Amino acid sequence: MLAVQEAVLCPMCDATQEISADAMLNELIACGDCGGELEIVSLQPLRLELAPPCEEDWGE
Amino acid sequence: MSERRPPAPQSTRPRVAMLVTHIRAEEKLLREALVVAGLTCDVLLDRELRLDLLADAGQAAPNGRPWREYEAILIRTVSQSRGLLAALVLEGWGLRVINRYETAAICADKARTTLTLARAGIPQPAVRLAFTPAAGLSALDELSYPAVLKPVVGSWGRLLARVRDAEEAEAILEHRQTLGGYAQQVVYAQEYIEKPGRDIRAFVIGERPICAIYRASEHWVTNTARGGRASNCPLTPELVSLCERAAAAVGGGLLALDVLEAPDGRLLLNEINHTMEFRNSSAPTGVDIAAAVAEYVREAVLPVRARAE
Ligand SMILES: [Zn+2]
Repeated sequence: MLAVQEAVLCPMCDATQEISADAMLNELIACGDCGGELEIVSLQPLRLELAPPCEEDWGE
Repeated sequence: MSERRPPAPQSTRPRVAMLVTHIRAEEKLLREALVVAGLTCDVLLDRELRLDLLADAGQAAPNGRPWREYEAILIRTVSQSRGLLAALVLEGWGLRVINRYETAAICADKARTTLTLARAGIPQPAVRLAFTPAAGLSALDELSYPAVLKPVVGSWGRLLARVRDAEEAEAILEHRQTLGGYAQQVVYAQEYIEKPGRDIRAFVIGERPICAIYRASEHWVTNTARGGRASNCPLTPELVSLCERAAAAVGGGLLALDVLEAPDGRLLLNEINHTMEFRNSSAPTGVDIAAAVAEYVREAVLPVRARAE
């Protein structure tokens, strides 16, 4: 699967993100540095974008 | 829970879809569990849906596969309006949607939930519904303070307000009237229950609770998303009975029931969530919730003759 060594930066703060080997496309992750919520928008190559903001109708 | 069985050959595996807004811990656990249960699971994004309302399930899903090839569609969207509309359309095409549209529609609307539970005789906190700040204030006087103002849609404890007096209530109601969308202008006012620093969340599969947690918090909104700590809550006969009756009232399915303990010891049904979050609940309860969900989906899609095995 995905190799961990691929460096990918937080689009908010440029901190390097460790992406686990079982990461999924469209998975949400939190930046350990700035706490920003990020979405994995591509696995190969690895690419992160800021996750969409919470909307009024979001919930369980 | 279910025993792990050797994976079926790829070709004979029933195919299900999981509709998501994005992948969270829950969706990841569910996808793994569905595969372990012998199903093939495709992830579909709600943002990519293009539904031809005048055509049928022969049309392609976003991944190009015709919708009718799916034995079931598990709705796991955080966007409640997208999830509901998708369920309505897909069910209309004759597809099996989990949770069913009607169940999700009742649970997504607090007023409908309250009405449905009331009809079934389920104990709940007192509630008033009103449409203007003035009527809302009169309703709050009837309930007496403190009271809780809730949006009729949405969850995660957002926009929940405990109001201590009429002045506080008026400020909030006026503010929502001016700035909020239509849904926020509907006044859903609930009796405030003085709870023992915790509330109960029970996980129901079908109509049967499989486990429950206490969510402890100093804050009055005990939501694990807001930092409430989870510990195991025993399934007492009283809790089981309440959950079974409440789940049956909304049509059953995959449900998380929020239950309050009143000072007199009675259990009151507070809310029902139809896209349950459970990532922090398997550890304290020792119950593999994702596996239980997957087993429920597997049983729903198996042909009748195979279910007997
Ligand atoms: Zn960052």
